[in-house]
Amino acid sequence: MFPIVKKRVLNPTVTYMEILAPHIAKKALPGQFIMLRIDENGERIPLTIAGYDREAGTVTIIFQKVGYTTYTLDTLNEGDRLLDFVGPLGIASEFEGMKNVCVVGGGLGVAIAYPQAKALHDLGATVDFIVGFKTKDLIILEDEFANACTNLIVMTDDGSNGHQGFVTAALQEQMEAGAGYDTVIAIGPLVMMKAVAEMTRPYGIRTIVSMNSVMVDGTGMCGCCRLTVGGVTKFACVDGPDFDGHQVDFDEAMARARMYHAEEAESMKKHECRLTGGIR
Amino acid sequence: MANMSLEKNKMPEQDPIVRSANYKEVALGYTPEMAMDEARRCLNCKNQPCVSGCPVNVRIPEFLSLVAEGKFLEAAAVVKSTNSLPAICGRVCPQETQCEALCVRGKKGEPVGIGRIERFVADYQMEHGAEKPEVAPPNGHKVAIVGSGPAGLTCAGDLAKLGYDVTIFEALHTPGGVLVYGIPEFRLPKALVRKEIATVEALGVKIVSDMVIGKCITLDELMQEQGFEAVFVGSGAGLPNFQKIPGENLIGVYSANEFLTRINLMKAYDFPNHDTPIQVGRTVAVVGGGNVAMDAARCAKRMGAENVYIVYRRSDKELPARAEEVHHAKEEGIIFRLLTNPTRIIGDEQGRVKAMEVVEMELGEPDASGRRRPVKKAGSEYILDVQTVVIAIGNSPNPLIKSTTPGLECESWGGIVADEETGRTSREGVYAGGDAVTGAATVILAMGAGKKAAQAIDKYIKGKR
Repeated sequence: MFPIVKKRVLNPTVTYMEILAPHIAKKALPGQFIMLRIDENGERIPLTIAGYDREAGTVTIIFQKVGYTTYTLDTLNEGDRLLDFVGPLGIASEFEGMKNVCVVGGGLGVAIAYPQAKALHDLGATVDFIVGFKTKDLIILEDEFANACTNLIVMTDDGSNGHQGFVTAALQEQMEAGAGYDTVIAIGPLVMMKAVAEMTRPYGIRTIVSMNSVMVDGTGMCGCCRLTVGGVTKFACVDGPDFDGHQVDFDEAMARARMYHAEEAESMKKHECRLTGGIR
Repeated sequence: MANMSLEKNKMPEQDPIVRSANYKEVALGYTPEMAMDEARRCLNCKNQPCVSGCPVNVRIPEFLSLVAEGKFLEAAAVVKSTNSLPAICGRVCPQETQCEALCVRGKKGEPVGIGRIERFVADYQMEHGAEKPEVAPPNGHKVAIVGSGPAGLTCAGDLAKLGYDVTIFEALHTPGGVLVYGIPEFRLPKALVRKEIATVEALGVKIVSDMVIGKCITLDELMQEQGFEAVFVGSGAGLPNFQKIPGENLIGVYSANEFLTRINLMKAYDFPNHDTPIQVGRTVAVVGGGNVAMDAARCAKRMGAENVYIVYRRSDKELPARAEEVHHAKEEGIIFRLLTNPTRIIGDEQGRVKAMEVVEMELGEPDASGRRRPVKKAGSEYILDVQTVVIAIGNSPNPLIKSTTPGLECESWGGIVADEETGRTSREGVYAGGDAVTGAATVILAMGAGKKAAQAIDKYIKGKR
């Protein structure tokens, strides 16, 4: 059992948790993920490692309430325990040779792009960190972000913080202004990562995306997370989750991500039931 | 006087129509009377050909004569002295190609139903026996086992009996490996697997789940930092193979591993009471002809599919599945499209499977495996309307240990190179066996490898002093 030692509600849909798992904290690296299961009847879901404290033995996860499992996870509090917490899984991000990097985070991706930005910044690279939110009130972790990069650009869809537009608009502006990035790292919704990859393609800038596919075991056994990269089938869990964004078949990945939408909706009814004192 | 009936006592089974809608065990097991009657068919041959056909050398005539006398617990003790998982083997071993294939009674009529009697004594002992297993005093040596499937459990059990301090590391949340994620409940009840694992734990074996060796901890860390003097790798056949035909990444195409794991381990048949979903269409095609393909097809039926096809490129004779599984599948209404191979899977505009194109095959000259090679019949392509496709054409070993263990020699296809008799690998103190070495094979062969490795590890550690 893995205790939740810290919980912070970052905004109405995004929650931060530190989980006590010293053996994972000891080895975790940016870009890797964990698999968790809340209780005996629970499903196994992958979450990107958003941080770790090797001394305290904790692993940070930041998740958005999107489905039954994440809604249920959000009902847990400090002191509660997760039944299963496995990791670190996947191949850690490769930062070799990166000197001038733009890290782009959209949606929940802002939180999971943070360790990448921080690692690159710590390695001495020049890091532009572009993050995007719907509106000003949903902006999270702004101070942490600012300390993890050379230049932080916060965009809002409605312009309520004074910078209106998607993260891609900001990226385009930087590139047109001659930012000269050697690498762009995009983490977030598939549609955003696809847009970033299309934008950097004409510039020939190496573009790395983090694929958050549906998984069951997370260790290569089931192949549920497969995707096409450069015409070849890869497993996000053991071959990734980082891939060359210019090679990923995003349309296929987006179709596969929608696979269980109907079942998610059915599960959510159960969640409402549970919150209102129904069964389970 | 031996029972000279030419036929085995029939195994009582659930009715095919009833069972194809439930997950309860299909075969119901012998009564004591049936077991005794069947055991009396054994002629007690002097040279005991059956024993040499068993990968773990169960002393078959000895335990059968005890069963014939009604001494079921004594018989169980004989079985357990060389086979730590008899209730499992009695159910899933391919006896017809092992012990029973060599049975003298099989020359004229059916061989003795050794597997069915083994299952009976194991079940009887679980219900009635309470004896404590004999364990040697602790010898102070630590051994790590990677994977809690049949190879790992057997190796662990044998080493614990010799007094070793044994820890099994399991990647998933539940121990058992393929016994829990792969083989379905109706063929191997999970409560029974749990009991068999509990008997291994009763020998003092510790099981740590949620621990992916090669990721959470490397093999070198186990040996250098955690004080394990030897490691046995029984990590199984990890990565599912695909056909590499167009459309395999469409929604509704599953590897057999994923399909079976969602159903067996994650209990997707009980969605939404269990949280893991699965989608099974009205018509399902399972590609492949092995036991895993039969399991997937029969699961699909139980998930409510109206039509379930087995699509296999060779003929009836070459089906690698056990005859009993093929028979059960046919009884349950699975449709066999033999000498048929998929050429592409076709999706709708949402990227969901709506059909599969297949081509008829004919058998040509024998290939390297000695089986006649299937060749396409030109122009015989046709379309099968299906909404779900399950690819059950085998697995390749998991790369996680290979890629994080320097100096561990592997075959080009990923299998760990290990000595057949001892399981010894290219790394000192590291032994391997089961599907991780051979590629997908059977439970009993994995157990045999675990057993040999346990003896070799014992010899290795004792030889170090």
